[in-house]
Amino acid sequence: MCEKNNCACNSSDSPVFDFSKLDPVMDKYKKTPGSLITILQKAQDIYGYLPKEVMNYISQETGVKPSKIYGVVTFYTQFRLEPIGKNLIMLCQGTACHVNGAKMIEESICEELGVQEGETTEDGLFTLNNVACLGCCSLSPVMMINGETYGKLTKDSVKKILKEVRNAEKSGEVK
Amino acid sequence: MKVIVGQGSCGIAAGANKVFGEFEKLINEKQLNVSLEKTGCIGTCYLEPMVDIVDDMGKKTTYVSINPEQVIELVEKHLEGNTLVSDYMISDEDSDILGKQKRIALRNCGVINPESIDEYIEAGGYEATKKVLTQMSQAEVIDEMKISGLRGRGGAGFPTWFKWDAANKSPGDEKYMICNADEGDPGAFMDRSVLEGDPHSVLEGMIIGGYAIGAKEGILYVRAEYPLAIIRLEKAIEQAKDKGFLGNNILGTNFNFDMRIKAGAGAFVCGEETALIASLEGERGMPRLKPPFPAQKGYWQKPSNINNVETFGNITWIINNGGAAYAAMGTEKSKGTKVFALTGKIKKGGLVEIPMGLTLREVIYDIGGGIKDEKAFKAVQMGGPSGGCIPAELIDTTVDYESLTKTGAIMGSGGMVVMDETTCMVDMARYFLDFTRKESCGKCNYCRIGTKRMLEILERITEGQGKEGDIELLEELATKIKDGSMCALGQTAPNPVLTTLKYFRNEYEDHIYNKKCTAKSCKSLLTFTIDETTCTGCTLCARKCPVNAITGEVKKLHKIDQELCIKCGKCESSCKFKAILID
Repeated sequence: MCEKNNCACNSSDSPVFDFSKLDPVMDKYKKTPGSLITILQKAQDIYGYLPKEVMNYISQETGVKPSKIYGVVTFYTQFRLEPIGKNLIMLCQGTACHVNGAKMIEESICEELGVQEGETTEDGLFTLNNVACLGCCSLSPVMMINGETYGKLTKDSVKKILKEVRNAEKSGEVK
Repeated sequence: MKVIVGQGSCGIAAGANKVFGEFEKLINEKQLNVSLEKTGCIGTCYLEPMVDIVDDMGKKTTYVSINPEQVIELVEKHLEGNTLVSDYMISDEDSDILGKQKRIALRNCGVINPESIDEYIEAGGYEATKKVLTQMSQAEVIDEMKISGLRGRGGAGFPTWFKWDAANKSPGDEKYMICNADEGDPGAFMDRSVLEGDPHSVLEGMIIGGYAIGAKEGILYVRAEYPLAIIRLEKAIEQAKDKGFLGNNILGTNFNFDMRIKAGAGAFVCGEETALIASLEGERGMPRLKPPFPAQKGYWQKPSNINNVETFGNITWIINNGGAAYAAMGTEKSKGTKVFALTGKIKKGGLVEIPMGLTLREVIYDIGGGIKDEKAFKAVQMGGPSGGCIPAELIDTTVDYESLTKTGAIMGSGGMVVMDETTCMVDMARYFLDFTRKESCGKCNYCRIGTKRMLEILERITEGQGKEGDIELLEELATKIKDGSMCALGQTAPNPVLTTLKYFRNEYEDHIYNKKCTAKSCKSLLTFTIDETTCTGCTLCARKCPVNAITGEVKKLHKIDQELCIKCGKCESSCKFKAILID
């Protein structure tokens, strides 16, 4: 995992995860049957994705077999097995967005960032993910970056937004 | 005076938070005696961000498409100077649109503050709960639903009373009332708006339903993509507990009912009842055979009832006004109202609630204002990936379950995506098959592999590689997938292909035999040329072309090398003289 360019960690060995961060989640949910999805959602909130080590730890704690956890993780689109960039771009692929040119917006983002759907930029700043529908159809085409929705996108406006996010990141670094 | 800013997800996406912040800042700075509040989505999303200013006499002025820079003007002129700012006020035409609707499920959306239980109670909220718990038996509640004729608003249109009755009669003490808020149709957002704009009405519908079937617990299964809805529901549940509408001995009766939220993790198939239950139990959301129905064996094998958000949104109105009043609206078999998310190539997109029985024409032209950019109306897609495309010639179809099903589409959960002459119907079919192929849970072979094969054929056709026999093969696969799939996802997955084949077969044939896309949407089938009369030889297109397919000297006619052209369209979008012709 660490040899991959898009890995956020600096070590070339297996990354070390601080499992104690999961303790409050485990205390609350591990005895409640049917809580696996909730536990995985909280774990992903903490680590940004679901590494094998974390899934194994959840298995140990809950008694659910790792194979089953892997099965659940790969079933739902929300879960990620790979780390993501600092800014997650969720590009809506709903019907209204499709009709209003989501494909064109995707091309524009790919051109600006130099990545394809599902990939992370080399500097680790952006990950582009297509998502089913964000439910803001009247503003289509729409994307969401870190929970903030941007609507009525055009080829040019989307590039402008990405530049602004990148600049904000850079000026943040200077500080 | 009171300032109310619409803060549903679409309002926020349009900048409502910044507008709210600007009002907050100015009201504080100027120390004005004005209260600032938020509300949900009124439905006219194309006018967001919207601001209502209510004066001390209760007179409301609505301002539309407000940006933060305009806020200062509203503050100075309206709040301080008491003069209306007519430039930003809603037009009569736009306010008429709301008048043509009949708002039941959306009655409080965009009217009350969704985060205030007091405002909900002031608007008549929790009266129905009181009436049900203190004056009505379980059978009477179910009877009222039967009289109302309410049918499930999630898509299938199953009578609500029948499901409640079955769960009520199912033996056992432990029963569950589940709300399906996993709105998966890409292109629909009715449930999101109700949850964000009026969460208490959904809770109340669940409490009443819970009482009717004898459940002690309610579970809301909400899409993880709707964070704001989850936050507002959490608040609403807390408030309802504080006020004693949830918990033990509600309103002094011996009825106990509690509620919790479970966030979905992104799987369209979880809209199917048995898959939803599997997901609630922490499993992969895969459907199972019915019977046993959830009413017999549902969540943890206990009798359970699942209704959709909009269905719950109608319950309190029916209890308060009587089932007969609800049944007085609509057609013979489709009673009451239905909420639609009107989107796509429409002028005035948004959320509309109409009495059943209006025609599609009335919805699209009278309420939606017609087609964007004065283009020609081609079709309307209803029911999302399980539905179909209704062509322009059937625009006078009435909106009711039976008439819509007759066209090959379905009522669905309320997605209504309008398409114009530039939408390619083969591409639409490809789009939906791509969706269902990804969302198939993989249990049934026909659904898992069949949708993939159909998608491959459709991709080939849109890329100009279609061949003789493709249409027939699509039809054969469609029939087999319908027959060979266990749940509704597979059984309905071919519908978008079948309806487009039924009404737009010529487009398929054009793609396959003439290698033409009349909507000019499938890039592989387009030819880019330069118009001899309008080209000025400015060289811009040649410089923009990423593959150097355009050549020509300065101030002389340029040419596109068709062998090299990748049809990216950069020349067309860069040309200032409209000299690039696409055919």
